[in-house]
Amino acid sequence: MTIQFHDETFRDDYTFHNSPEGIRRFPFPFDADSYMYSVNLEPHAGGKAGSPFEKRFDVDEHYVAEMRDRAITLTEDPLRCQSLPHMELAGWDFLELVMVSKSEDYPELFTLNRDGDRWHWINRPLGIEQRFTFLDATTLPCGPMEYITRQTQGDHALLDQRDGNLWMDAGMVTSQADWSLDFDIGMNFFEWHAPVPKAHEMGVFQRALKFLLNLQQGAPVRRLNWTMTVNPRLDTSPENYHKWGPEKRTVAADNVGAKQYLRVELQTLWRLPRSNAIAFPIRCYLCSLEDIVTVPKWGRRLHRVLRDLPNELAEYKGFAVNRPTIVDYLAAFDDGAPTSPGIFPD
Amino acid sequence: MTSRMLRVSAIEALSPLVSRFRFEDPEGALLPLFSGGAHVVVEMPDAGVLRRNAYSLISDPMDGSGYEIAVRREDGGRGGSKFLHTQVAEGDLMRISAPVNLFSLDLRAKKHVMIAGGIGITPFLAQLKQLARLQMPFELHYAARSRAEAAGLALLPASPQVHVHISEEGNRMDLGAILGSQPLGTHVYTCGPEGLIEAVAETGARFGWPRTALHSEVFMAPPPGAPFEVTLATSGKVVTVGAHQSLLEALEAAQVEVQWMCRGGACGRCETGVKSCHGTIEHHDHWLSDDEHARQTKIMPCVSRFKGETLVLDL
Repeated sequence: MTIQFHDETFRDDYTFHNSPEGIRRFPFPFDADSYMYSVNLEPHAGGKAGSPFEKRFDVDEHYVAEMRDRAITLTEDPLRCQSLPHMELAGWDFLELVMVSKSEDYPELFTLNRDGDRWHWINRPLGIEQRFTFLDATTLPCGPMEYITRQTQGDHALLDQRDGNLWMDAGMVTSQADWSLDFDIGMNFFEWHAPVPKAHEMGVFQRALKFLLNLQQGAPVRRLNWTMTVNPRLDTSPENYHKWGPEKRTVAADNVGAKQYLRVELQTLWRLPRSNAIAFPIRCYLCSLEDIVTVPKWGRRLHRVLRDLPNELAEYKGFAVNRPTIVDYLAAFDDGAPTSPGIFPD
Repeated sequence: MTSRMLRVSAIEALSPLVSRFRFEDPEGALLPLFSGGAHVVVEMPDAGVLRRNAYSLISDPMDGSGYEIAVRREDGGRGGSKFLHTQVAEGDLMRISAPVNLFSLDLRAKKHVMIAGGIGITPFLAQLKQLARLQMPFELHYAARSRAEAAGLALLPASPQVHVHISEEGNRMDLGAILGSQPLGTHVYTCGPEGLIEAVAETGARFGWPRTALHSEVFMAPPPGAPFEVTLATSGKVVTVGAHQSLLEALEAAQVEVQWMCRGGACGRCETGVKSCHGTIEHHDHWLSDDEHARQTKIMPCVSRFKGETLVLDL
C-alpha cells in the first residue's frame, strides 16, 4: 500500500479533501442511532485492515499537509507547544514510542536504527534524517516531545501521574476542538474537563480517571469523540476564535453539505515506561457531510443522532446555531430504514 | 493483567533471610523498561494453590535485560516468600506481570529524600538508579536493626548520599534531623513498616511540610484472620475464605473473575460492591475513603476480610 500524500490546506483556501478511500476509512463515531457520553474505552490493539484503528499511530493521505499546517500555527503562536521542566523524560518516552511504532508499522516510510543511546531516524515523507543521542536533548533541534510531535498527526498531551490524579503538564496542541493548552497546562483531570456538560453528574470522569490511573504499559486504550466544524480547519482554537468563529455564519442550505464537517477525534492513551506518565494523542479526522452521505448507513444515522441530540450538547459542541440547517440537509438521506450495528460501512 | 513467562536466571542470598531473584526472557528478548518504584506480581503455583505476590523491582529501570526482586523469607507468612526461597531454582519458568508503579518519584522535586525501613529498601534501589541517570539530587536513609539483617547493604552504592542507620550499633535514624534541614521543593518517600511511615508523617507535619511532598508505600501483604464466608449475588454461590487466604484468592480459586492489579489494597482495581452486609467488614485497604469504609457498601477483596453473619457481594 502506498499512500498518496495530498498537497492541500486547512486554512484560507481550504483545499483539504478526502479521497474515496479516505471517506471509506473515516472513523465514523456512532455505533447506534443515538448518542450520549460514556467512558467507551476499548483496547487499542489493532483493528480492521485499512481502518484508522489498525496501526498504533495512523498515517494517512493528509500527513504531510497536516504537519505543514502545524508548523504555520506554531510560528504564529509558539505557546501551542509547552512542556513543564519535569516532563522531559516523558517526552523521550513518547518519542521512543512513536519512532518504534512508526518504523515497525510503516517500514517504507520510517526507519529507526538504534545502537545503544545513539539513534538514527529517517522520516521519508517529510524528508528528515536525524542522528541524536537518546535522553540528551542537546542533540535534537528542540525538545523531544516537540521534535516527534512535529512529525506525528494529531494533538498530543503528556499527563503526569501523581497524588492520585493526572496533570496536563506537557503538550502539542494545534488541531484542537476549541480548547487551549496554554490555559489548561498544569491542570488536573477534573479541572481540564470542568467545561464538559452533564458528564460530571454522570460520574463519567471519576470512573475514567480511576481506569486511567491503572493503565498498564503495553495495553493502550482508545475512544472516539466528535464535534462539528465549519470548513476543514484543524486550528479551531480559542486563541483564533476570531478567525473561525464567524465562519459558522457562512453556512446555508445550499452549501452546508460542502462546508460542514464532522470532526472525529481518535483518542488513545498509553502508559509510558520510564516516566510513568500517560501519553494522550488526540487525532483529528475531518469529513464533509456530502462525503459522509456517500455511505448510506452513515447518512441515515448521522441524521438521527444530530436530530435527537440534547440541546446542551449541541451548544457545547458549538453547532447549535446551524443544527436546523444540518438536520434538514441530512433528512434527505434518511429513508427511515434500519441501520446495522457498529460504525463501519455496510 | 498482562504477564509473561520468564526464566529464573540467578538466585543469590543477600542475607540469611533475603535473597535476590533475577528473571530474564527465555529467548533473551528485552523486557519493557519501567520507572523506579514499580512492582511486578509473581505467580507461584504452590501445591494446588496459585499464589500471586507483588514485589518491588530493584534492578535498573533503564535496563531491559532482566528484572530483579529481593524477597525476605517470612516463615510465619502466607507461604509466597517461603515458596520462592524453597521451591524455586535457577532455570525455572515463572509468570511475571508487567511492571506497575504506584510509588513513583515526583519528578518536579528539587531534591528527593528516601527513607527505608528494613526490606522497604527495595523500591528505592531502582529509584536510586533512575535518579543517578537523571542526575537529580537525592539522599537515602536506610534503617535496619542489625548489619546482618540489612540485606540492602550489598546492593547500595558507596556514596555520600547514602546513609545507613543500624539501631543495634546505636546509630538510630533521627527523622527530625533529616526533615528539619531540607531545601524547599524537596520530596520525601518512605517505605517500610506502618510505624515508620506514621513517624515521617508526624515529623513532617511538625516541621510544616506540605502533605503532597510526603509519599509512602506500605509493604502490604493480605493479612490473615479467621475464616469467613461470602455469598455471590448473581450465582448464589458461597465461597469460603481460609485463614491464610485473601478473599480475592478465594474468589479466584472458585473460578470467579475479579479484576486486580496491585493485590495490596492500593490501586483500587478490584473494588467490589457489597449487596448486603450483616456483620463488619475488616477494611485493610488504602483505596476507599473512611466514609466508604463506614458505609460497608464496597470491599477491596485483595486485603479486606469479614466478620459476622452474611456478606453478599455484587458478583
